[in-house]
Amino acid sequence: MSSPAIALSHVSKMYRRYSGRQFATLKSALLQRSLLRDLRPDEVFLALDDVSFTVAKGQTLGVIGRNGSGKSTALKLVAGITKPTSGTVQVQGRISALIELGAGFHPEISGRENVYINGIMLGLSRREIERRFDEIVEFAELEDFIDAPVKTYSSGMYMRLGFAVAIHVDPDVLLVDEVLAVGDEAFTHKCLDKFSEFKRRNKTILLVTHSLGLVERFCDEALWLDRGRNRGQGDPTRIIGAYMTDVERQEERLLAETDARTKEAVGAPPTATNDDGPVDAGEAAADMTRAAEGRWGSGGVEITGVTLVGSHGTPTQIFHTGESITIRLSVNAPTPVTDFVFGVGIFNAEGVFVYGTNTDIEEYEPDELSGEAEVAFIVDSLDLVEGTYKLDVAVHRRDGAAYDYHRLLYTFRVKSRVKDVGIYRPKHRWEFSPSVKLRPRP
Amino acid sequence: MWHNLATLLRYRGLIRSLVARELKARYRGSVLGFFWSFINPLLLLSIYTFVFTAILPNRDPNTTPYSLFMFCGLLPWTWFSSSLNEAAGSLISGANLIRKVLFPAEVLPIVAVLANMVHFFLGLLILTAFFVWHQYTPDWLDLVWFPLVVAIQLIFTTGLALALSALTVHFRDIRDLLANLLTFWFFATPIIYPYYGEGVEQWKWLFNLNPFFHLSVSYQEVLFFRGSFIEGHLKLLLLFGVLSVGVFLAGYWVFDRLRDSFAEVA
Repeated sequence: MSSPAIALSHVSKMYRRYSGRQFATLKSALLQRSLLRDLRPDEVFLALDDVSFTVAKGQTLGVIGRNGSGKSTALKLVAGITKPTSGTVQVQGRISALIELGAGFHPEISGRENVYINGIMLGLSRREIERRFDEIVEFAELEDFIDAPVKTYSSGMYMRLGFAVAIHVDPDVLLVDEVLAVGDEAFTHKCLDKFSEFKRRNKTILLVTHSLGLVERFCDEALWLDRGRNRGQGDPTRIIGAYMTDVERQEERLLAETDARTKEAVGAPPTATNDDGPVDAGEAAADMTRAAEGRWGSGGVEITGVTLVGSHGTPTQIFHTGESITIRLSVNAPTPVTDFVFGVGIFNAEGVFVYGTNTDIEEYEPDELSGEAEVAFIVDSLDLVEGTYKLDVAVHRRDGAAYDYHRLLYTFRVKSRVKDVGIYRPKHRWEFSPSVKLRPRP
Repeated sequence: MWHNLATLLRYRGLIRSLVARELKARYRGSVLGFFWSFINPLLLLSIYTFVFTAILPNRDPNTTPYSLFMFCGLLPWTWFSSSLNEAAGSLISGANLIRKVLFPAEVLPIVAVLANMVHFFLGLLILTAFFVWHQYTPDWLDLVWFPLVVAIQLIFTTGLALALSALTVHFRDIRDLLANLLTFWFFATPIIYPYYGEGVEQWKWLFNLNPFFHLSVSYQEVLFFRGSFIEGHLKLLLLFGVLSVGVFLAGYWVFDRLRDSFAEVA
């Protein structure tokens, strides 16, 4: 194998946080004789922590990771815009960085003049720009506006021109930082085509993006950065899988925290002293868009715990479409009751009532409930599209008066590999007559 | 540092384009456009002519016509002060470039100095026109020294501009401080009064410490006053020339030392 196009070896990047100096001025620095001390950082922040990776010539590497994981810092180091605090960065060949498109444009002068100056900034000679000028303008689709001042451009036009110049630098190493979101659909395709052309011509590409699909489709390898550390490099599908699992775990923790806070805010369980439940369950559900989290009821029966259980039998808040979900209620009736109904309602993030049912609707006749008990509501296949959902759970009388009503206190998230839309995903399949030529994407 | 200084030469093309852009962009959208580069010094000169002929008539025969005398010092001063003012903020206003593009930061203050130098040259055309109008002939032999004075001012100003721009990134106060300092500096320099006056002679050693004193006196002797420049201020100017190379290197050193912080702080 030839020497790699990009090689980072034990690279750390420390950003200094001059917290105390945020509003400090020269005057105060001089007065407090702290000029020299203040030039030293109070606090340091490791954006990259001992990261090593290489990209072979002609390879495309997708860098993924959460916000603040050091992706852009890594890109800036490769571009040479910032220097590593320790470690070495080696890059072979001409670099073009698509980090901020049109960063050097001057609003007052024409697109034409800006193309020249931007090109020179990016390392082209005047003659090279002249040769590529028509191509650049054509790529940016700005033939009619190229002599107008750049300040009259729409943001899309501005970005397109910036992209066109940067991509026509004809680099050996192309660095891309989440810039594909700039244009309309057609322009995005054009950019991707251009990237593919780069790949064919054996150029090296480093792509920072949150679009995992793009990494999977387009990159030879993926690199996962997490809080400044290299969590793995290799086959995109494998790395993305590992990343997704981690994100889900994180989300779950977050959901649990949020739910815990909501419950705390809603307050203590209702006591048995206030008698009638104030609200009818069915009516309240109809006005969901304005409903807020809450808990009410007479307290004759108390829901002491709600657990969501996934297909592996363990409590979780992240489910995948098609998996089973079990909503387990722990209830307690200190004095026996004979009129009781268990109910469950599912709402999506927009407040749309997705599904609701109770034991009365499903024709269970209550006889007696006393002491501690467990109730499970089991869905064998959770056929919902990806999104966040909230739960109502309740125990109430048959006339609707609540013993204990938990409104939207529980959150769960449904994940799906398929980005279909709507709320409900019915079990389905496609059939085609032989003349329809289709095959599943690999 | 020496390596970086050498690569600066590679950016000639970039500096040239940026200076051209600066000049083009400045008057874009105004009716008179590029003519403002002439009209500005012309109007300034008219105001001073009016003040010093009608309101405060000048009595010193050596500095007649007074407006011409004063303009010889005022033009280089304008170049100097606007360069420093613009350079001080140049890295901050160019932060987008420094943070997002691999861009040689020293180009920005240098462009500020050079763009103002072009304005200075355009102002010289107005000055020439006034020489003709007043039918005032300078010492032709002295004029050969003119490029030297300009070169020394360029080196000196660039050195200061580099250091100021780098320090302003860390201490934004410098921009405000600078504006006031420059006003004081202007009156502390013999520009609107002659350098041989009583007040100046008395404090000669103090004036000698003022770097711009040597420049303004040289401009006045070369362009305006009779008498050979070689006999006059030349020796001190050459000394100052050596010093200004030192200022340039020191300025570049400060800039180079702080260079890595620009992408993070600017």
